[in-house]
Amino acid sequence: MKAKFLVPLILFIALAGFLAFGLTLNPREVPSPLIDKPAPGFSLARLDDPARPFALEEMKGQVWLLNVWASWCVACRQEHPLLVRMAQQKIVPVVGLNYKEVRGDGAINARGMALETETALAIERARRWLSDHGDPYVLSVLDIDGRVGIDFGVYGVPETFLIDGEGRIRYKHIGPITPESLQQVILPKIEEVRRAG
Amino acid sequence: MRVDVFVKLSRGLALAALLAATFPAAAQRTAAEPGAAPTVAADPQLEADVMELSHKLRCLVCQNQSIAESNAPLAVDLREQVREQLASGRSKGEVVDYLVARYGDFVLYEPPFKATTLLLWGGPVMLLVGGAGWLAWRLRRRAGELAAMDGLSEAERRRARDLLAGDAKPSSSESPESRS
Repeated sequence: MKAKFLVPLILFIALAGFLAFGLTLNPREVPSPLIDKPAPGFSLARLDDPARPFALEEMKGQVWLLNVWASWCVACRQEHPLLVRMAQQKIVPVVGLNYKEVRGDGAINARGMALETETALAIERARRWLSDHGDPYVLSVLDIDGRVGIDFGVYGVPETFLIDGEGRIRYKHIGPITPESLQQVILPKIEEVRRAG
Repeated sequence: MRVDVFVKLSRGLALAALLAATFPAAAQRTAAEPGAAPTVAADPQLEADVMELSHKLRCLVCQNQSIAESNAPLAVDLREQVREQLASGRSKGEVVDYLVARYGDFVLYEPPFKATTLLLWGGPVMLLVGGAGWLAWRLRRRAGELAAMDGLSEAERRRARDLLAGDAKPSSSESPESRS
């Protein structure tokens, strides 16, 4: 009975605790419902040889990363040196998904552009960017209209998916890969998936 | 409901008119290119359905806007998907399932009722029931306290009756001197 005056204080502290915890969460990171589900199938033109399509099944049996990138994406520049270093060390094969190379660039008005013109421009821009910044990808594919991006639930660039030997998505990294996230999350995840597979 | 759709439709038309006025080139392009997907469906009923559904779907880039309100490239793409799929005869439920499968429940402004959202949906009901229960308990306890306080002796009752009748001598505490 005596401690009754403490009740509002305790309620306040509990509420403050919940709110403080809420501040540590990142609302921009929306958990993907695709984790542990088969990666959506696709067949897209390769950047190195646009006449040749690349399908998801070609990576069967390998643990690999699908990295969503674009030359207009500023944050991609931030993670790119890390990807290049990973490629040099041959840690894991990385396939690039070039996402809306032309129409995603706010500086270009791609409305009304013929698909062939847009594709040609995308190839030119993407190749130039890779030769400028280094090409860490075993190959890149062109998602001109972003449809495959939607199938993967991409809502920003860069995003990186870890896919196992059976073609299932095992992890999704949202935003640029940092040395910390690579060491603490992505590499351990790759190890885990490799051991399991 | 009818009015709601009407408001949304007129809002959409006003927006389309505004866009056409601001970007005459864009309007011409749609007309000039029969192959390109139009930004507004020709069938007004379909367009109304698209807008109605779009208002219920969250844009993941600018999270406090629906894909109907947002002009983020992803919202435009998703609106286009909704339009395309509804036009191809899919039901609204199927289109919603398509988006939830890719972006999760977060894409819905109205979260579904399931085990993980039990507290979310049940919380207000629990608060209401709990609060009402607490209030009822307090009222009953106070009624009991009041009843217990009615413990006058026979002498006090007699004196109260006399006071009410007006022929009793005032007690010392009620003397005019102490009242001033």
